[in-house]
Amino acid sequence: MTSATVSRSVSGGKRPRRRHLSDRAIQNLFIWPTLILLIAINLFPLFYSLYLSFTDYSAIANQQPVWIAFENFSRVFNDEGMWEIFSITGRYVLFSVLLQLVLGFTLAMLVREKFLGSGVITTLILVPMMLSPVVVGLFWKLMYNPTFGYFNYLIGFDNPSTAPDWLASRFAGQPVPGLALWAVIIVDVWMWTPFVMLLILSGLKAIPEYLYEAAAIDRASSWFQFWRITLPQVAPLVMIAVLFRTIEAMNKSFDLVMGMTGGGPGAQTEVVAVNLYRQAFQGQWRTGRASALAYIVLIIIIAVSNLYIRNLNKARKEG
Amino acid sequence: MASFAETGPRTPVTEGIRVDKVHPRARLLRNIRAILVVVVALIGLVPVFAMGLTAFKSRADVVSVPPQLIFEPTLEGFVFLLTERSQMSASALATAQANEEELSLFERIALENGQRINGPSDFVTRLRNSLIIAGGSTILSVVLGVFAAYAFSRFDIPGKDDLMFFILSTRMLPAVVVAVPLFLMFRQIGLHDTHLGMIILYTVFNLSLTVWLLKGFIDEIPREYEEAALVDGYTRMQAFFKIVLPQAATGIAATTVFSLIFAWNEYAFALMMTSNNARTAPPAIATMLGRGGIEWSAIAAGTLAFLIPVVIVIFALRQHLLRGVTFGAIRK
Repeated sequence: MTSATVSRSVSGGKRPRRRHLSDRAIQNLFIWPTLILLIAINLFPLFYSLYLSFTDYSAIANQQPVWIAFENFSRVFNDEGMWEIFSITGRYVLFSVLLQLVLGFTLAMLVREKFLGSGVITTLILVPMMLSPVVVGLFWKLMYNPTFGYFNYLIGFDNPSTAPDWLASRFAGQPVPGLALWAVIIVDVWMWTPFVMLLILSGLKAIPEYLYEAAAIDRASSWFQFWRITLPQVAPLVMIAVLFRTIEAMNKSFDLVMGMTGGGPGAQTEVVAVNLYRQAFQGQWRTGRASALAYIVLIIIIAVSNLYIRNLNKARKEG
Repeated sequence: MASFAETGPRTPVTEGIRVDKVHPRARLLRNIRAILVVVVALIGLVPVFAMGLTAFKSRADVVSVPPQLIFEPTLEGFVFLLTERSQMSASALATAQANEEELSLFERIALENGQRINGPSDFVTRLRNSLIIAGGSTILSVVLGVFAAYAFSRFDIPGKDDLMFFILSTRMLPAVVVAVPLFLMFRQIGLHDTHLGMIILYTVFNLSLTVWLLKGFIDEIPREYEEAALVDGYTRMQAFFKIVLPQAATGIAATTVFSLIFAWNEYAFALMMTSNNARTAPPAIATMLGRGGIEWSAIAAGTLAFLIPVVIVIFALRQHLLRGVTFGAIRK
């Protein structure tokens, strides 16, 4: 009899006065809105575009998608223009990431040790990467203008008729294929070197000082210190920087190229993202075929990232 | 002669104890480094500087060969950018010139070209759209993000690492890959070319950033504060709102600004998902080139107006910059 009253009063005391949510309910309440949005806007379209890639479909025609299996994919692979576009994209990604890596590393080594005003200067260096790529593309278009743009004059060409017309791929009136692509690469390097610098800098700052002190006591040359201490220690962050940049160069190049050249002259700067946009939203609105191409791009990105991540893990184990 | 032990070193060591850092050659090297870095930073800013100059040039000065560094600054570019104008007849021009004092600054500048201002241009609408969409999506993504980040930081969620990776991976998708089905989906449910549709899109686009960043900030707030509050009879919700949120304030501020910058600068989705009603400024600036004669000073003015807020924000936030650009993957 008494024990029953005691237990009741204990359970009554445990029960909160006001109703409130259990931790579990709060947890669900907090994460599900985010997850539902991500699934609806990212995951669903991903599967839907996989389906569309196997169909003949145009978003502006009043026709249901028609199943054609792998025809879209075989059309993409058999289109010689496509190979050219992939090769342009490949060159663009390779050269811009490589240059960013070399310049970013050098810059990071330079700003590594603090000096008067280094904080403000580092922030100034970071300005380009925070700007809107399409707007950056536009104002570089003005910079590159062969008659009234600043760029040619700054690099020493003061006669427009013998100077390069970058975005038209011409040099002193003669066509130079590839010049426009280099113009785009220069801007990409200008814009994203600071990002690579920032990542590598954070890696450099994390290297323990005692490693260098030990090396100094052993009278190791600075060359030796660089190869045996700095480089191995910073390798994982270099890898992350390259991974981020490679993915972004495939992604964000769209904005920059559209702002600067729109893919021209001809198709000299038509990277795959621009081509994808053209197929999906211009001309015949080849939605099915664009979806197939989008999937090919996605698979390439996943493959490349896996390659990097595997190397990254290897570098971590060795470091 | 006094021994070294009695007098100590002749000059006090002030710069640290490592000989290799106070050596004159090391100092010289450091100065050379500093100068090199300053030069690189200045070279990097030349294009931004050139754009700033162009925004204040008159039509004639923009196309002068070679480009001028010194010229008479004018607000012509801004007038062209922000207003819709029409040519005035000779008689109207004469009356307008007679009453010049009554005109506003913009009207007087238009008058110099013989034009009258009819009203604000499309670009004003585009800027307003940019503000609504970037602002709305930023608020939404930070609010959702702070809740999710708290749950991920404090609770034992099954498959937490995989979920966090899933959230980050959505950002790796190229915009054009999801754009096609999203376009169809939005058209189906009537969200195509609407402010709401764009706000939802940018919110999702930003969520990966906000969740990752905010989780990093919340992880650093000691759990003990909340646990003490819970013992004192706070509910979990009260502890979250009254203890955790105030502690995370700087982190939330930094995250807010990063989402704002991303949404403000976005171009690919805006180009594909809007046509007229909800079109934002970046695609509008890009298409200005296509229309009639190229008014470079107007484009430069638009660009400058668009860049300045971002540059101010970068300086205000430089302490948090590293985290923001790397999704919080790297600690300060």
